[in-house]
Amino acid sequence: MRILIKNGRIIDPANKLDDIGDVCIEDGKICSVLKSSKDFSADKEINASDKIVCPGLIDLSARLREPGMEHKATIASESLAAISSGITGICCPPDTQPVIDTTAVAELIQQRAETAGKLRIFPLGALTFGLKGERLSEMHALKRAGCVGVSNAYADIANTDVLRQALEYAHTCDLTVFIQPDDHFLSKNGVAHESAISTRLGLPPIPETAETIAVSRALLLVEQIGVRTHFCHLSSARSVKLIEDAKKAGMPVSADVGICHLHLTDMDVDGYNEDCHLRPPLREQRDRDALCQALAKGSIDAICSDHQPHDADAKASPFSETAAGASTIELLLPLTLDLVTKKKLSLSDALSSVTNKPAKILGIDAGTLNIDSPADITIFDLERYFTVDKHKLISAGKNSPFTGWELNGLVTHVLFNGMFVYEHASE
Amino acid sequence: MSTEKYDIDEIIANMESQLLSHMQDLKISEPLFIGIQTGGLWVAEKLRTSLNIESPLGELNIAFYRDDFSRIGLHPRVTPSSLPFEIEDRHIILIDDVLHTGRTIRAAMNEIFDYGRPASISLAVLIDRSGRELPIQANVAGKRLAMNVDEHVKLLGPEPLALEFK
Amino acid sequence: MTSNNIQLDNNGRLKHFLTTEGLSKDLLLDILDHAESFAGVGDRAVKKVPLLRGKTIVNLFFEPSTRTRTTFELAAKRLSADVLNINIAQSSASKGESLQDTLQTLEAMHSDMFVVRHGSSGAAHFIAKHVSPRIRVINAGDGNHAHPTQAMLDMFTIRNHKKDFSRLKVAIVGDIKHSRVARSEIHALTTLGVNEVRVIAPRTLLPSQVETLGVHVFNDIEAGLEDVDVVIMLRLQRERMRSALLPSEQEYFYNYGLTEKKLATAKDDAIVMHPGPINRGVEIDTPVADGKRSVILQQVSHGIAVRMAVMAMCMGSLAENQEQQS
Repeated sequence: MRILIKNGRIIDPANKLDDIGDVCIEDGKICSVLKSSKDFSADKEINASDKIVCPGLIDLSARLREPGMEHKATIASESLAAISSGITGICCPPDTQPVIDTTAVAELIQQRAETAGKLRIFPLGALTFGLKGERLSEMHALKRAGCVGVSNAYADIANTDVLRQALEYAHTCDLTVFIQPDDHFLSKNGVAHESAISTRLGLPPIPETAETIAVSRALLLVEQIGVRTHFCHLSSARSVKLIEDAKKAGMPVSADVGICHLHLTDMDVDGYNEDCHLRPPLREQRDRDALCQALAKGSIDAICSDHQPHDADAKASPFSETAAGASTIELLLPLTLDLVTKKKLSLSDALSSVTNKPAKILGIDAGTLNIDSPADITIFDLERYFTVDKHKLISAGKNSPFTGWELNGLVTHVLFNGMFVYEHASE
Repeated sequence: MSTEKYDIDEIIANMESQLLSHMQDLKISEPLFIGIQTGGLWVAEKLRTSLNIESPLGELNIAFYRDDFSRIGLHPRVTPSSLPFEIEDRHIILIDDVLHTGRTIRAAMNEIFDYGRPASISLAVLIDRSGRELPIQANVAGKRLAMNVDEHVKLLGPEPLALEFK
Repeated sequence: MTSNNIQLDNNGRLKHFLTTEGLSKDLLLDILDHAESFAGVGDRAVKKVPLLRGKTIVNLFFEPSTRTRTTFELAAKRLSADVLNINIAQSSASKGESLQDTLQTLEAMHSDMFVVRHGSSGAAHFIAKHVSPRIRVINAGDGNHAHPTQAMLDMFTIRNHKKDFSRLKVAIVGDIKHSRVARSEIHALTTLGVNEVRVIAPRTLLPSQVETLGVHVFNDIEAGLEDVDVVIMLRLQRERMRSALLPSEQEYFYNYGLTEKKLATAKDDAIVMHPGPINRGVEIDTPVADGKRSVILQQVSHGIAVRMAVMAMCMGSLAENQEQQS
């Protein structure tokens, strides 16, 4: 099948492209970008004038709840949500039920994605069996089964020696280690950033050091071992500084930030807003500002959704009894574009942080419009505005803190492997 | 609205003489005077002075006994009731400024009975106007007035006392 | 602060009593004035007024408490209301029934008011947000967040002895970090315009950035008590030793326990308060607890009048009209 995307503003940050032109697709692969399409007889033509054409987005972290928590969401339901926001590749953490510490679970997830047929899922394997922080998992087998990295999700590995050995072993397997930095002794049963607000609301606090100490500990091990390490969902300015210093010293580290932490702060928790109960917690304004600046500078590489859909019951309790996490996947693109509107990021850098940069971290061939690569393409209208209504989200999880926000960036078409998997009703 | 030319002192004098003969008839020698806030209290103070009553004056604020809590809610500032004596077996002279529907007196009696069991309660009012909604009557009335439903009378005070008609 | 809106109805009357924070000085004074009116009820032959007759008040206690529950029960009965005591630990919620289902069941029983005590901060707000509009919610203590009726009865006690709030220096001593009473008192005191509020505690018992609540921080009790008019001692729970916040009760008593010697720098007519129950020899020694400056027993009796006031005010806000009564 031959598809022509005509006259769009093509933005491909990996190839430093930002120009009006055509994209030609044949047999599921990109065959030309910006070159004249006069001789290309297309079976289907999309008029992309006044729209932006970019690589399909790659979400570095989204929980799809399958297997094990299908009452919250499923791969099928979340694929639909993801696609509506132009996401064609998702990396999911290993804390499913059962945990992704066997090849069976890793294969199951990828098969379910294939059945849904809308996007590709790149699972992370567990760093330790059952995420218990005691025994190393069969990382080599997990890699062969399709895992692009290993992680211990939220489960802190308290025993530093186990952590060290796990990093050494991951290095042997040439796997990137994904670390969610959290010192469980300091974060305890905390639910909110330790500050004036947690004091006033009487909420169990999580000090900043719960994150920074875990980051420091890991960095010192990485310095010694040399394994590729990615730090997930940073929340504090202090952590940013640690990562910057590590990068300057030439260490193989990268970092991402969750989209909520670029927009919200602990002040949004005020009044016991359960939709703002997140992990890591929303921190102060100066932390949010530092995270935005780090993204613009490149010390933080990517933005992820950190999508955590929940059933209504999980959020229908007093604050500290609710489950942490927000449903964000279908707002990843509009919220990223909002940073451009607020002049915190250029359009090209913003798109880079959700396309080629996350793809590079995952080590996958995606997030670009390279010739001969699979045609995963997102077309969106920068000038279309909409108001967020959390009850109308496509995701099974309605726990969004962004109800009432006016955002722009409506996705009109999405191609996956050269096939149309999404077209907005108005097209 | 008008402050008609009623001589308050005359009306109170009338109350005094009625009260004296009422107490004589019932052989009440040591009455307890209780005034209903705020107007009834002003009248009660005048009566107590001119009749030389020794026992202290009781003050009743019926706010917690009204029948309209569901419609009107709690009154903003309430000076608490104060009955500095034992009610048990005593003869009460309950004094108010205007007797109209009778609801205030109903509430006042309920409150008095929560303090103890009096031997009797007599009601003395400055103005007894038409418009009763309950079977309540005044034993002593300084002046009786027939008024329309939309007409109102109010006692202004404490010095000087005057009647206001609307 | 959203709690402001949730506590008041459209006419600015008290609808739910969840926290002392965000309420106006006038409203707090109203509570004290109404409590004054109710204070005499307990001295009469019939210790009741018929104000809330026919109303059903539910004591919804997710945390056990005999003292607080009993005072709320007495207060409700003195207003002639019917009282239901629900001890959740023993009933359906512990069998896994969700909080929302519990609330709906109770609402179906035609309750008019919930008095709630819960282990999680924000629980009273949660309940107020989720019950039907005609139900009133009174917070009897939620997690570490607030215990507004306790704070108001303490303000009532202070006013009884000191009359003018604006000149007072008040010190709160003890585990501020975990104390909902302390937080509610700090908000009430600052709103009522006291001269100075001090907190006295070791660093491990002070919450992060506590000065932002409008208090001066002291780690040394003798310095902290200098020239104060009111001393409020907080209860110390044994778990604080186990959770690595304090080494021992003896060391705590040595440094922060209230004795005559430590009170030497306070004003001569300073009063000593404690929300109870007291740990003698830990927060306070017997000579001070039973001494002439202690008003601890009075606090208990004031609790009923204050709770009557709050219940009557909240229930009264359901009235459609608010006329000026002559």
